[in-house]
Amino acid sequence: MLKISHVGKTFNAGTVNEKKALTNISLHLEPGDFVTIIGGNGAGKSTLMNLIAGVYPIDCGTIFLDGVNISRQPEYKRAALMGRVFQDPMMGTAANMQIEENMALACRRGRRRGLGWGVTKEERERYHEELKRLGLGLEDRMTSKVGLLSGGQRQALTLLMATMQEPKLLLLDEHTAALDPKTARKVLELTQEIVDGSHLTAMMVTHNMKDAISIGNRLIMMSEGRVIYDVRGGEKKRLRVADLLEKFEEASDGEFANDRMLLS
Amino acid sequence: MSGMMLAIQGALGQGVLWGIMGLGVYLTFRILDIADLSVDGTFALGGCTCAALMVRAGMDPYTSVILSSLAGMAAGFVTGILYTKCGIPAILAGILTQLGLYSLNLRIMDKSNTPFLKVDTAFKQLAAGTGLSQNGCSLVIGGLVAALLIAALYWFFGTEMGSAIRATGNNENMARSQGMNTNHYKILGLALSNGMVSLSGALVSQHQGYADVKQGMGAIVTGLASIIIGEVILGRRVNFAVKLAAVVAGSCIYRIIVAMVLQMGLSTDDLKLLTAALVALALSIPVLLEKRRLAKRYCETGEEEKHA
Repeated sequence: MLKISHVGKTFNAGTVNEKKALTNISLHLEPGDFVTIIGGNGAGKSTLMNLIAGVYPIDCGTIFLDGVNISRQPEYKRAALMGRVFQDPMMGTAANMQIEENMALACRRGRRRGLGWGVTKEERERYHEELKRLGLGLEDRMTSKVGLLSGGQRQALTLLMATMQEPKLLLLDEHTAALDPKTARKVLELTQEIVDGSHLTAMMVTHNMKDAISIGNRLIMMSEGRVIYDVRGGEKKRLRVADLLEKFEEASDGEFANDRMLLS
Repeated sequence: MSGMMLAIQGALGQGVLWGIMGLGVYLTFRILDIADLSVDGTFALGGCTCAALMVRAGMDPYTSVILSSLAGMAAGFVTGILYTKCGIPAILAGILTQLGLYSLNLRIMDKSNTPFLKVDTAFKQLAAGTGLSQNGCSLVIGGLVAALLIAALYWFFGTEMGSAIRATGNNENMARSQGMNTNHYKILGLALSNGMVSLSGALVSQHQGYADVKQGMGAIVTGLASIIIGEVILGRRVNFAVKLAAVVAGSCIYRIIVAMVLQMGLSTDDLKLLTAALVALALSIPVLLEKRRLAKRYCETGEEEKHA
């Protein structure tokens, strides 16, 4: 489904601030794979997500998604194939627009936007049903401005918008990190429900090692721009947080002591 | 007093015509969230193109207005390209277009001022046909064009394309991640906006009887004043069509204020200073009020004492 081959990215190349963000990354996802990605700050997790999404161009290598070479496509074109949820709940929705308008915008991802109505009557009925699934009561507030919703509600809506039009790939970049624990749990449960329900191929960056182990069928650990650990299936299920911490220590020569990791 | 009444009547007629420019400014300033300074240039471009077409080429007033509007769209397109494809900050891109248009407008008219003395403007034709006064004519034509534009904008921003422009202005990141080519929508918005501004410039110059390369000076500020006055009167939590109508109403009120202070003896030379002060005040008052409100709410003794 997703085939990343020898991708590299250096920021500020040729200056004193040169930073090798990713080095020779190769990754192959099967259809239906749900990969969790962990790693310390600056390991390149978010860079990897952003390179797949096309936020900035890659320096070398190729990225194929569903047989299409998207290596050099602009961000808005790749969006036709993927759904994304960001860490910042404000980033994935348009605050000054209504809930139904936001959903209608998402439903037209990858299609030509012409002079037909922005939201049609049939769509409204469909959105009503979709919103019910969230169990947040948003189905009764479809003409409310999204800016009036809480962070958790906005994140749940973004998740729905990312997946309503089945994406070839779902990118979740620490999408529960900015939420309180209870809301984070709820959004995570929704994520699992949606990904499992539609058999989506998904990648999720997280700082919570328990989640990283329990969710999905594959786990990747990154450090200094490389994939240092790739485990799947039964072996992944048997992992414990202590094992992961040990791996981290190994990778970073004991330097790794990110308090966010230790606390979670 | 009758002098004042007459001045106010004249102000209403002018206000409606300038209100059309306000609608264009609203599109960029409120919907796309860009301060587009090309407006000063494209307003004059509308007048100058219209004058050149009518006086020098002998074209009828209506086709001239439409072609002037198209010229404005082209200028807006240039600003859009400079802003999006060339990465020039929006304000600077607008200033560059504006500056370039000054020379272009001189080229178009071949001089700095063209009177519509010997040609029939739309207003003269309407006055001759119906016997309406000069002000009555500008109200009819301006009101008609403004109403048509408001209806068209109301429809357009409800469509898929219009929604995409709104999303681009509201949250560019979201727009891109939902597959919108935000650069294209910004260019489209800037072109539409400047098309309306030029349309307004063409009508205003026909109404005042001449086109001048300097007629667009400070137009953007006048447009902003109209938007802000409209929002003060009707608030920002109203239907989109009402918001647009409020811009035209705001433009009329602005013209009435100007007419009144001129009647009271203010020199026209001081008018720009007055406008600048008015807009600065209108933009800063909400901020200052909010600060004062928060300062007043502060209570040193804490929640419990306060309620006790």
